[in-house]
Amino acid sequence: MTDHDDTRCNDMLGSLSDYVDGELREDLCREIEKHLAGCANCRVVVDTLKKTVYLYHETARIGEIPVDVRERLFKRLELEDYLKKS
Amino acid sequence: MDENSQDFSLEALRAGDRAELARVVDAYSGQIYRLALKMLGNPQDAEDVLQNTFLKAILHFPNFEGRSSISTWLYRIAANEALMILRKQKPEIPVPGEDETDEDDDYLPVQFVDWSSLPETELASSEAHTYLDAAVRQLSEKLRMVFILRDVEGLSIRETGEVLGLTETAVKTRLLRARLQLREQLSDYYRERLRQENIR
Repeated sequence: MTDHDDTRCNDMLGSLSDYVDGELREDLCREIEKHLAGCANCRVVVDTLKKTVYLYHETARIGEIPVDVRERLFKRLELEDYLKKS
Repeated sequence: MDENSQDFSLEALRAGDRAELARVVDAYSGQIYRLALKMLGNPQDAEDVLQNTFLKAILHFPNFEGRSSISTWLYRIAANEALMILRKQKPEIPVPGEDETDEDDDYLPVQFVDWSSLPETELASSEAHTYLDAAVRQLSEKLRMVFILRDVEGLSIRETGEVLGLTETAVKTRLLRARLQLREQLSDYYRERLRQENIR
């Protein structure tokens, strides 16, 4: 991942998901942060990975079920009587 | 993610109560449709998954014991429906290096451009959203399903495992690979946006 110590960078990779999710043990977090302080490439990977997760999570906020899709679903399930109530 | 689950009467659902069913459909149809659309990329296929999920749920509610939440159970039906459509369209050829037991060498980062501080208008533009959706569809089925359930739908690692019948370790491995692959793809896209931003 970087020029100075590939082994340390690769070791960090396995813990990266837990780290960006805030679910990594504190002592391991400290190890990662110590490594990040001296490794610019790993800092970029962590920052852009966090952003990648954030951007996809945000896509769940947009795009409600289209009205016509909901209507057809209710009709298919024979729930027309409840269509207007929601 | 399943704060509504306890609000529904399983007894009423098992007995075929239409009003209760309508409440469940309204609570979960949005997330089931979104999962299917992200997984399949085709609105008609997504609608088929949506309808089939609830038709199967109605059929099986009498036998649903409530060991998992309604939400997890519905996601499981929907995931199977979506995978069935994908298999019919194109049986997946195993990708070398994708198996959990394989080494992670294929997933080592190669792009080190820091686009994370691009303005939100660039990161979340409609063009960017189209690219994000296309990038997800480049993932293999296995990685895509885990990623969508965990990172788009917000299920926990345990819940994602429950939906897909995977161990937490397998979910974590697939999730990391999916995230790293997507980071590479997004780096391709945003690197260009960054270049244009710097020209202005």
